[in-house]
Amino acid sequence: MTFYALFLPFVVALFAPALTRILKHNAAWVLALAPAALFVHFLGSIGAVAEGERVTGGVQWIPSFNVNFSWMIDGLSLTFALLISGIGTLIVLYSGGYLKGHKHQGRFFSFILMFMGSMQGLVLSDSFLMLFVFWELTSITSFLLIGFNHAEERSRRSAIQALVVTGLGGLSLLAGLLVIWNITGVSEMSLLLSTGDLLRESPFFVAAFVLVLGGAFTKSAQFPFHFWLPNAMEAPTPVSAYLHSATMVKAGVYLLMRLNPVMGDTVAWETVLPVFGGVTLIAGTLLGARQTDLKMMLAYTTMASLGLLVMLTGFGTEGAIAGAVLYLIAHSMFKGGLFMVAGNVDHEAGTRDITRLGGLAGAMPVTFIAALFAAISMGGLPPFVGFLAKEEIYYGLARGDTWSVVFTIVAIVGNALMFVLGFAVALKPFLGPKVETPKHAHEGPVLLLAGPAVLALGSLFFALFSGWSHEHFSTPMASAVMGDTAEITISIIPHPGLALYLSLGTIALGVLLYLSLEKIRSGMAALLTGIGWGPDRGFDQAIVGIVKLSVAVTRLVQRGRLEFYITATLIFLVLAILVPMGIAGEWPAVPAFPELYFYEWLLVLIAVLGLFAVIWARNRLTAIVSLGIQGFAVAVYFMLLGAPDLSFTQFMVETLSVVILALAMTRLRLSPQDHRSAVQTVMDGIIALAAGGALTLLLLRVLETDFDPSLTEFFNEYSLQIAHGRNIVNVILVDFRGIDTFGEIAVVMTSGLAILALIRVLPRRSRSALSEPPKNPQNAGEAA
Amino acid sequence: MRTLIFRTVAPFLSSLMILFSVFVLLRGHNEPGGGFIGGLIAASALAIYGIAFGVSPVRRAIRFHPMALAGFGLFMAAIAGILSIFSNVPFLTGLWIYPKIFGVEVALSTPMMFDIGVYFVVFGSITSTALALEERERD
Repeated sequence: MTFYALFLPFVVALFAPALTRILKHNAAWVLALAPAALFVHFLGSIGAVAEGERVTGGVQWIPSFNVNFSWMIDGLSLTFALLISGIGTLIVLYSGGYLKGHKHQGRFFSFILMFMGSMQGLVLSDSFLMLFVFWELTSITSFLLIGFNHAEERSRRSAIQALVVTGLGGLSLLAGLLVIWNITGVSEMSLLLSTGDLLRESPFFVAAFVLVLGGAFTKSAQFPFHFWLPNAMEAPTPVSAYLHSATMVKAGVYLLMRLNPVMGDTVAWETVLPVFGGVTLIAGTLLGARQTDLKMMLAYTTMASLGLLVMLTGFGTEGAIAGAVLYLIAHSMFKGGLFMVAGNVDHEAGTRDITRLGGLAGAMPVTFIAALFAAISMGGLPPFVGFLAKEEIYYGLARGDTWSVVFTIVAIVGNALMFVLGFAVALKPFLGPKVETPKHAHEGPVLLLAGPAVLALGSLFFALFSGWSHEHFSTPMASAVMGDTAEITISIIPHPGLALYLSLGTIALGVLLYLSLEKIRSGMAALLTGIGWGPDRGFDQAIVGIVKLSVAVTRLVQRGRLEFYITATLIFLVLAILVPMGIAGEWPAVPAFPELYFYEWLLVLIAVLGLFAVIWARNRLTAIVSLGIQGFAVAVYFMLLGAPDLSFTQFMVETLSVVILALAMTRLRLSPQDHRSAVQTVMDGIIALAAGGALTLLLLRVLETDFDPSLTEFFNEYSLQIAHGRNIVNVILVDFRGIDTFGEIAVVMTSGLAILALIRVLPRRSRSALSEPPKNPQNAGEAA
Repeated sequence: MRTLIFRTVAPFLSSLMILFSVFVLLRGHNEPGGGFIGGLIAASALAIYGIAFGVSPVRRAIRFHPMALAGFGLFMAAIAGILSIFSNVPFLTGLWIYPKIFGVEVALSTPMMFDIGVYFVVFGSITSTALALEERERD
């Protein structure tokens, strides 16, 4: 079942455009059944996982390399899978309303379902390779979704930026996984988790660690790789709500959590993660405070939240992990909800600029209440799951030593700023005096309301029934992250202690900052203008630099002169043959004078005559035709040696190459005579002789070695027996080495296409240069 | 190249060569021949026809764009490989059936299908190149 579940979203994605053409935006109701079915499917594993079981399965993919298509469901992946499919259901519905009437709504559904499938595959993957494949698929689908409004320059830039950053991270991750594979000898997560300290004690641990972080930090938008995430807000709002808050950006966090049992508890882990996470948290909130666009504010708080999660994962204490787990669940629900609220406001009021919105509570009551619920959860107030998360975070962080105190302060400041931004998004557009908006605002349809409403209620129920939800979600997940049994017991009933006081402090600080949000905003704006440079600009500069470099390299190598290419190729050929021979001292002995029959001498004579014909030919066409003489002589010789297949092919290839060369040459409008100076001709002659001589030496040397007949014997013996063919050459081509042939014919076809493109592109240019009117080829054919 | 003799002979020569190319293709598994050489012969046949009568008659004669034929060939070769997956053997493993057609036992196999794919790729790609070059000649 899980096997099919992994493919279901991709299959449904195939049919989404057609279905949308028939049902219009109501297709969302049907398409949402797919993620809903997955949600139900994964709910079925809850019982087993809650008891600490790990559900695994799979099929062999490439057994010879020990690569499997295998999955693993434990507390961590189950919670992720449920969030992905659950929120996915709501997002599909929401997209139905949000993009209602959009020309490419079907395509959008298709993309988002493909993304869902990729993300789901990512979190369920057991095998490293599968994890990597799905990881890259999320990058690619994300590229498609960010660039959905492809007519806009900004969308395209953001999409490329996201693809480049996360794609580079993906390669880093692949390298990291391969290093881990090499160190431990296992290629599956479930096996890796039971290797104990093997990875930590390896001398290559740091390499694996840095490479894996390269993947995780780019995907989860950690400072200084954060810049692509705010830019990704160019995507339609359902994408922002789903990919860039609830799911994809958490892939990095997922990876870190997944590897915590084998990589955590080391100095590198416990230093790098909290520091980068902490910096991202503070940077994210401060950058967010400057924004006035609802989506941008939320984007930066997402970045901050990811920083908080990374920081907690790196901290590694049981409390911190529990806090991270709860915060991750809480964040997916409240941030997904808030994004959808922002989308609703944008959709119904026509703007997302917070300074141009106000007093919408009356017009959009359901949206307002959903926003309020989400903001309360985000601010960490009871009775929502955000409150549980924050209590647990403080409980996990607050220790006596300086290190902990620093990060506790970081967490307090970060949380207070997120409190501010959350309530700014949830309150400012809805309360206060009514502001005139571009559209006359009213409540959206049910498709637009279902998402935020369900998520708001989900946050509430998770916290109200904390006993049940801890047992089924947070405790198994925390245990999986810890690699050990963890127990989460926190409930919404506040109990006095340090954590509660820190919470109260955060809220007080948050309220204070909320009141002075305008000042923070102008202060940050002034600061950033003062700095004037950021990673976003740096990205552009890097891209420009790469383009300049490649132009320089291309100019150096691709001169655009055929003579240069041929000369360079031949010189390198000579060097490649002669230098190794010289170093190894493996020169061939002088061969004995061959004893040939007279007709063989005749063939040699013909070939030599052909050679002189080419050299002395007065014009190009004669030279090309003369080139065929040698080819035919060789073909006849093959025949004499008993290789009819080879001979046959040689004949045909010679014929066709003469025809095609002649056609191409007559088209090139070259001067018929040789234009080279005498010196040039001599130089070319020397290079030609050197190349021919080097190849001859090589062949002589090869023929001196002993012939290993094992392949010949194998093919002789088995060609008829197992491949049912008496023509061994053909059997090798189509059966024994069929996959080579398959690759070759693909190359033949691709070069055919390339040649066609070249031939079609060039005349247009030359025609316009000569300003000849294009003639009708059909008439021209008759007339000529 | 438009001599009367050549123009008279070319249709016969081309059709014989096409016929011969199919013969060479089908005997390939047991006797000298095969898809690659067959494709080359067929491409030469069309080249001759094209030189004698111009490009448009050739294009009309083969109906499809030569690159489409090449694509069909590649597709066919891929299908020949994939068929073996459905029989639970590795990609491109040869499968053989021996149906009786009009009382004669005929050996059909995925290697044969693969070889036919090779034929079409070679035929299509080379014909496409040759025709495109000849076409420009008359521009």
